[in-house]
This record gives sequence, structure tokens and C-alpha cells, in this order.
Amino acid sequence: MTRPIIFEKIGRAIYMKKMKNSNSAVNSTMITRPIARCFPIFLLPTVAAFFIGFVYPFIKGMYLSLCSFTTTSDAKFVGFSNYIKAAQDATFVHAFWYTALYAVVSLIFINVIAFFLAFLLTQGIKGTSIYRTVFFMPNLIGGIVLGYIWSMIFDGILSRYGTNILMETRYGFWGLIILMCWQQIGYMMIIYIAGLQAIPEDMIEAARIDGATRMQTLFHVTLPNVMSSITICMFLSLTNGFKLFDQNLALTGGQPFKWAEDGTVVKTTEMLALNIYNTFYGQSSSARGVAQAKAVVFFILVAVISLVQLSATKSKEVQQ
Amino acid sequence: MKKKVVSALLCVSMVAASLVGCGDKTADTTTESATETTEETTEATEETAEEAAPAGDATAGQVYWLNFKPEADEALQQIAEEYTTETGVPVKVVTAASGTYESTLTAEMDKSQAPTLFVVGNQAAVKTWQDYCLDLKGTDIYNELTTDDFTLYNADGKACSIGYCYESFGIITNKKLLEQAGHSVDEITNFETLKAVAEDIHARADELGFDAFTSSGMDDSSSWRFSGHLANMPLYYEAKADNWTECPAEIKGTYMDLFKNIWDLYINNSSVDKTTLATGGYDAEAEFKDGKAVFFQNGTWEYGALSEAWADEDLAMIPIYCGAEGEENAGLCSGTENCWAVNANASADDQAATIAFMKWLVTSESGTKMMAEQFGEIPYKGAAENGNVFFQDAARLIDEGKYTVEWTFSYTPNVNDWRAGVVAAMNQYDAGGSWDDVVTAFTAGWAAQYKAANE
Repeated sequence: MTRPIIFEKIGRAIYMKKMKNSNSAVNSTMITRPIARCFPIFLLPTVAAFFIGFVYPFIKGMYLSLCSFTTTSDAKFVGFSNYIKAAQDATFVHAFWYTALYAVVSLIFINVIAFFLAFLLTQGIKGTSIYRTVFFMPNLIGGIVLGYIWSMIFDGILSRYGTNILMETRYGFWGLIILMCWQQIGYMMIIYIAGLQAIPEDMIEAARIDGATRMQTLFHVTLPNVMSSITICMFLSLTNGFKLFDQNLALTGGQPFKWAEDGTVVKTTEMLALNIYNTFYGQSSSARGVAQAKAVVFFILVAVISLVQLSATKSKEVQQ
Repeated sequence: MKKKVVSALLCVSMVAASLVGCGDKTADTTTESATETTEETTEATEETAEEAAPAGDATAGQVYWLNFKPEADEALQQIAEEYTTETGVPVKVVTAASGTYESTLTAEMDKSQAPTLFVVGNQAAVKTWQDYCLDLKGTDIYNELTTDDFTLYNADGKACSIGYCYESFGIITNKKLLEQAGHSVDEITNFETLKAVAEDIHARADELGFDAFTSSGMDDSSSWRFSGHLANMPLYYEAKADNWTECPAEIKGTYMDLFKNIWDLYINNSSVDKTTLATGGYDAEAEFKDGKAVFFQNGTWEYGALSEAWADEDLAMIPIYCGAEGEENAGLCSGTENCWAVNANASADDQAATIAFMKWLVTSESGTKMMAEQFGEIPYKGAAENGNVFFQDAARLIDEGKYTVEWTFSYTPNVNDWRAGVVAAMNQYDAGGSWDDVVTAFTAGWAAQYKAANE
């Protein structure tokens, strides 16, 4: 018979509290405080996962970039020589510029098309939700699978001209742009739709009454109001572009190759992440530390570029 | 006050979380130092007793074999089970997916239950893994070997790995179809005769219902047959001419014409359009099994699959003729990349158990039978008779006094990267590019990879 007594006690306590503060019972600190006190229990799994899955590997990765190693548990400290080798690696420099070009081009294509689609699909066309679902679907397919599917599609077309996607750098480049547009546009579109729907109807109406043309409404009312969506979409597509790996590996794997004067192989469609992977596994164990150093440089690059982009677009956001 | 409590609790939970991480690490280091100590003691006993055999108790240990050959996985699982029922020693066999052995091994070696038995198949792998290899010289298993030819030593003379089988590759030929086309294997004795037969069959492919060569796909599932095995031909003849004893820093590509000869023959005398080879998607084995082609370049390990579709008397393996001088006397290409290494960091008990298991595989009746079926010829005293016709061909050619084409490709520096470069250049060539690019990939690529690997 303990339970009723406890309930009674709690009930009385709540009553007393209510009398005292005349707050509503649910917000009473007598109820919230015991729960609030337990918050570390709720927080712990996430924090633990964050430490195990992110903080620890991150710090270890930083440390390993200064080491020479075969397996990660058995590393020898060698200082900054890995970074020097990484900086001298022509393939890494090529991969960086190729990736940067790719990231910028894909950012423009994905965002312009996604915004355009989102704009169309908020105009009240019939079957809007079907279109939204269909456009979103490619995003659910994994990168490796997409890479192989699209290589078949491209080769099906290119074989008519006696060539294939592995033959020329530009085929690989534009192939990857098409693939990523196909995959990412739907996702970005959903974010833009949410942004567009959040614009108060009366603003648009006021603009119309004031005699603004559709173009003027778009550029002076709609766009400033979806700047927050643009910020997030640009951030996502820029970092996605830099971090791209699966699709790159499956579509071209870096082919075609070019040989520099000194015999160095430049894999012309190899992006940063694939370059790091190939350095780690394609070469002897002496290159593993170098690959790790490249990975740290890669992290810093992506972090800096996306922070710059965030602050640049954030400054253009308006408060509604 | 409330805020202070909150921040204090937040700190506590953070510390708790980081301790979870640390706890993990401390546990790691303890096991590590523990294994290190055992390792040191083992080493010490080795040095004093001049005996590399680990002093552990074989029945107390366990075996973890990280297998290299996906096609042998099923049989290995069975034999592992059999060994466990017989001796009570647990044997775990894990197979790395095709082409991912190096990355799987790297990941597995980091675990507390690391493989005790793994594959170190060439000099490059010895370079990477030598610190993880137990010196096998003088162990029970080493004493069972009939030859030291397949043992890989590091620079300090440590026997890092020993061959557990050797293999041969060449051009697998369907004798039945060849006869239907009005030819026989006996008339093929050099490149000219091979070319004549292949071109004749290709010309009449529509009428015969089959073509000369199976597809030479260059995707990852098949390109190793050419960037690895076929590329061995120019490498072998160059190594022979220049007397290689170790990996040279530069190669000349003297015999690249031979490579071009045979590659042209493959791609021009097959039912597949050569410009589509780069992206592949073909299944040469299935084409051969379905009787769509007479010739299929591959190795002795294909016997199991091919004998499902064709009788022994229909199958033969002939040497890869590519136009080298005196190649009428060539045999098959024989060698191995299947070399066992025992983990030096494993506990003494596990090492002893592993060596006992290896010995059982090459001495017991069921072990040798499985080895012969799955891996072919094994260089051990107790080897079982082998029913594989391709090995019989290899042995017959040796008996006839033909020279064996050795596996010179095992010298290749940074083998994955070098081969990737050769594949890319061959793809360009297939699509109408210049052969010079293949030569560049071969020679300049070799020099660059040698430099990268020996930095």
C-alpha cells in the first residue's frame, strides 16, 4: 500500500505548491526538479557516443598524423615529416584543385535547380506532393550503388561514340556533377520548400498590391526571406562536394591517369577523400602517416571553407 | 545556484563520458603491454634456445585465420569445424572480400583478437608486415616444407611467411570446342600458331557459335588477370635478361612488344567490343563455362568451377605464348602469393595452436585432401595426390623439360597503385589511345612507385 501514500504525498505537495505560487501543477519545480536532476542519465549516452565516436578518434587521428605506423595501435612518433611529404605530393595538390572546382560547380548547379524546383512546387500545381516525393527519392540510394548505376547509364550513351566515362577527365567531371545533382537536388529542394512556405503570405500580397512584378517579388521579398535556407543548403552542398568519396570511387575511381615527367601518376578525376584513401591502402605502410596528415589538412580545409561560407551567407539573412 | 548545479553536473557527465573513452584506451594498452611482454619472453626463449617454435600450449590456444581467397572460404569453414571437433581447438576463419585483403588485415590486426594466421604474399607485404610476422624458421610447419622457394624473408633474414600452395596460370583451353573448330592443342606451340588458331576461330565465330577468347574485362573483378598475370610475361623476360635478384628501382620495358602482341590477340579475337572492356561487367568464367569461347586466361584455381561444366578430358592449360624467342620451351607460369604468416604479437598459446593447425593441414589425410582440392599443389612432404588437370598439365610440362615462367610480378613496388596505373593506360589503349602510354605506365610508373615505397 505504499504507492497510494506516495501519490498522496506528491499530490499534497503539488497542492501546497500551487497554493503558494499559484503556478500550474505541471510546471511546479517539485515535479520538474527531480527530473531535471536526472539529466546526466539522459545526456550520458549521447555524450559518451560523441566522445567514443568523434572526440577520441579525432584526437588519435591528429596524433597519428605525426607518426609512422602500420596498425593504429602501434605508432612511432616522427614529427612533422608526414606534413612535408603531403605538401610535396603532386597528386594531393591536383586532387585539391579538382575537388575545389567540383565543389563550386556542383554547389551552383544543385542550389539553382533545387531552388527553381522548390519555387515551382510551392505554386500550387496539381500533384505537388507526388513530385516532391519523386524528386526526393534518389537521396535514399547509397553512393556506391548510384556510382555503378550511373556509370552504366553514361557508358550506355558513350559507347555509341566508341568511348566511355573512364576515357576523359571531363566526362568523369560532368558525370559526377550530373550524378550528384540527381541525388542532392531533391534533398535541398525540401529545405527550400520549407523556407518558401515560411514566408508570410501578407508580405507577398503587400508587394503585389504595391505593384511589384514577379521578378521584383522574387528578388526583393522571397529571396531575402529564404536566406536561412540558402545558408544551410549551400553549407550542405559545399561540404558534401568536398567530402565526396563513394560516388567518386564507384564512378571513375580516379581514371583516366596521367603521367608527369618524373613518372608520378596523377589520377585526374581523383578527389581529396579518395586520394587519402588510396594513399593509405594503395601504397606501402610508410605512406600511412602521410595519408593521415593529408586527412588532417583536409579537415582543416573543409572546416575553414565552410565557416567562411557560413558567415558570408549568414550576414545576408534577414529577421522576419 | 541552479545554474551552478547544472554546470557541475554537466562537467561530471562529461568527465564520466571521457573516462569511458579513457577506460577503453587503458584496457587497450594493458592488453598491448601484456602481449608485448609475452612477445619479449618468446623472443628471449627463441634466442637462448635457438628454436623459433613458440613455447605455448597448443591445446590452450585458438586459431584465427584471415583468409585471402574468397573462393576457398566454404571449404575452409568446413575444415575448421572438422579440426575443432577432432582436437577441441577453436578455429575461426574469416575471409576478406576480393581486393580488400590489405584493408581488412589492417583493421583486424588492430583488434584485441587479431588474426593469428594471415597471408603475406609478396615482398611489398613483407615490408609492411614484417614486425607482425613470427620467424617461422625451425618451426614444426617449416620442417614439413619440401622447398624453400616460396619462403619470403625480410632484409634481416627472418622467415616471415611460407608458401602453403603454389599455383600456375596460363591459357585455359576448351579442347572439345577447339576440335569442333578443326584444331587441336598440339598445333599450338608458339605465338604464331596460337594467333593463327585464334584468328581462324574468330573469323568463323558466327558459324561455329563460339569465339576464340573470353572477354578481357578491366573492372576490378577481372583486371588483375592482365595487369598482374599477363604483365608478368614482359616482366619475367626482362628479369631473366637482366638477372634481377631484388626489386629494381627502374625497369626498361624491353619486352613490352610481347605484351602488346598477346593483348591485341585477346581483345581483337573475342565477341566483346574492346572499347567496352574498361567498364567491364563481363563474366569471363561464365562465358567459358557456357562454351562461348575456347580460350580463357586464368589459373589452376579455376579448375573447381570449370569442372562443373566440362569434363577433365575437355580441359587443358597451355602456356601464354607472346612471341618471345625460344618460347616453344615455355611451361606454365607458376609461383605463389599464398604465404602463411603467424602473428608475432599473438599469445604463445595461440601461436602454438596455429602452428599445430597448419601442420595438421599439410600432414593429416583430410587436411591435405582439402588443401589439394582448394589450393592445388602444396610444397609439403605429406601432400595428397591432385586431381586438378591444370596441375597435371603444369607437371607434365616440367617433366618435358620446359622452363617455368616464374612469378616476377611479386617484385612490383606498391603493387595496387602500379597495377591501377597500368589498367588505366590499357583502357586508354583499348579505346584507340597509344601503346606508348602503357609503356609509360609500366616503366615510369614502376620507378615512381619504387621511389614512393622506399622513401
